[in-house]
Amino acid sequence: MGEDLRAGVEIDANVVGTCGMDRSTKLLRPLFMSRVPAGFPSPAEDYVESRIDLNRDLILHPLATYYARIEGDSMVGVDIPDGSIVAFDCTVETKDGDIVIARVEDQMVCKILREGTEGGVWLEPANSDYKPIIITEEMDFQVIGQVLFSVKWHSKHHGPRFRPGRCQ
Amino acid sequence: MDPVFVLVDVNNFYASCEQFFNPSLRRRPLIVLSNNNGCVITRSEEAKALGIKMGTPLFKIQHLVEEYDVQAYSSNYELYGDMSQRVMGTLQEFTPAVEIYSIDEAFMELDGGSAKSLRSLGLEIQQKVYRWTGVPVSIGMAETKTLAKVANRIAKKSEKTAGVLDLTHSPYQEKALERTPVEEVWGIGRAYSKLLKDEGISMALALRDANLRWVRKQMTVVGARIVMELRGISCLALEACPPPKKSITCSRTFGIHIESLSEIREAVAVYTTRVAERLRRAGLAASVITGFIQTDRFHNGPQYQNAATRSLVYPTDAGQELLDSALKALERIFQPGYKYRKAGVLLSGLVPADQLTTRMYDDTRWERFRQVMEAVDYINRKYGRDTIRFATADPNGRWKTKFQRCSPHYTTRLSDVPIIH
Repeated sequence: MGEDLRAGVEIDANVVGTCGMDRSTKLLRPLFMSRVPAGFPSPAEDYVESRIDLNRDLILHPLATYYARIEGDSMVGVDIPDGSIVAFDCTVETKDGDIVIARVEDQMVCKILREGTEGGVWLEPANSDYKPIIITEEMDFQVIGQVLFSVKWHSKHHGPRFRPGRCQ
Repeated sequence: MDPVFVLVDVNNFYASCEQFFNPSLRRRPLIVLSNNNGCVITRSEEAKALGIKMGTPLFKIQHLVEEYDVQAYSSNYELYGDMSQRVMGTLQEFTPAVEIYSIDEAFMELDGGSAKSLRSLGLEIQQKVYRWTGVPVSIGMAETKTLAKVANRIAKKSEKTAGVLDLTHSPYQEKALERTPVEEVWGIGRAYSKLLKDEGISMALALRDANLRWVRKQMTVVGARIVMELRGISCLALEACPPPKKSITCSRTFGIHIESLSEIREAVAVYTTRVAERLRRAGLAASVITGFIQTDRFHNGPQYQNAATRSLVYPTDAGQELLDSALKALERIFQPGYKYRKAGVLLSGLVPADQLTTRMYDDTRWERFRQVMEAVDYINRKYGRDTIRFATADPNGRWKTKFQRCSPHYTTRLSDVPIIH
């Protein structure tokens, strides 16, 4: 058997080894050994840019940006209903009025950060049915990041296996 | 200007990852167990305080777990791998000169001539990593890598330093070396530390001041370099990660055509065991595994050949972990209805295994464990698979099922993102 099957395996050098710093989001895929016709060359070849990718285009600090799912309707007043997926960025400085993810004692919460002129800090919901959380000195409190954007799925019958929000 | 080496390492990395996304785990005893044999591979500070040691099997500490409500999770490598990337990426914001040493440790090289004090830069690094990734790090800084590691170890244990210690050209170096046992010096393993202790050298300071010619003779140039580094003369440069130079393959053409998945699985399992043995014999660990299968080209049936590659988040030389991955790769490519003639397993992304072992466990325990693993593999090969399996202490077999309680894949699966109210 002359052929070397290893030649048919594409290994992205970025993924290999303990220094995979520049790991791209592409997956390693098996390649077939048989030839595949490439198709005709396109006149638009030189103009092809990569398609819109919300992850790439909306997130400025991917190293410090995380996703979370909001449960409950405490933030409906700012268009973040129950089940929304939010992206939050931990690099940015937050200030009064920002929608933040914060840790209060042993819980993560999503609320509006309020900083009073006299040094008081509290977390405000965007729903009058809920009470604000007043932060005192003794509390273990830390702002983790600022909410950048939220995602809500609207199609009732179609979508990926996991869809943000309750399936109607 | 003289370069400054910085060793950054995360405190209780796996536990810290879990605690960031699940804050109710903070300030509680928490352990993470390896998937295959349920041994402790990380402990929170509170778990350490209960006397739980690295590498202990779960059944041995079950009584502690129950009495103190120790939170136990299976390892979530998807999560740890992603968080590791984020930590390393954050370090690279300070300088591109970052050498990733392991999943939770990295060396950095800084210009010693900058106006800012090194300690305040260290605090800045520590702060940024904590803000961006939620995990706490300890930082040691010095004019050589070996001294930076000494500094890091002290920084980790000392509350006074707040986790950052700069020993660069510092008068405090002598005291630091006095407090560091030789086996904690980077590069001094069990064998050398015994040799040194027999010579009356038990602390790093004595090693630094030892006769260089004697060291060169007893511990080769490697030992001499360590001594020079302890003296403040840098011999070990920051290393770019070595590209994978080679791979280890095992493949066979079957004597007959094989159609069933179960039979191909058996073949792949045998090949994986063989390459794993060769891997261990070469003192290496693999981070990429490829499985391939193909039909008989000379047979007049439909043809199919395919390969699947899996990258292992954490390089390993453990037979069971490689086997799990190889079989998963096989599941991805197996198609029923073909008469297969050949299959194979290829390991690549090879790194030295001893770099892993000193990080994960303390030397003595891991060496014993490795010896046991090798013996088990040998016997299983000779007398049939699973002649020896990982045993449990409970005769009722209550622990027979593998411990499987993995935390959500918070950053790699949309379905698993943290839930926030």
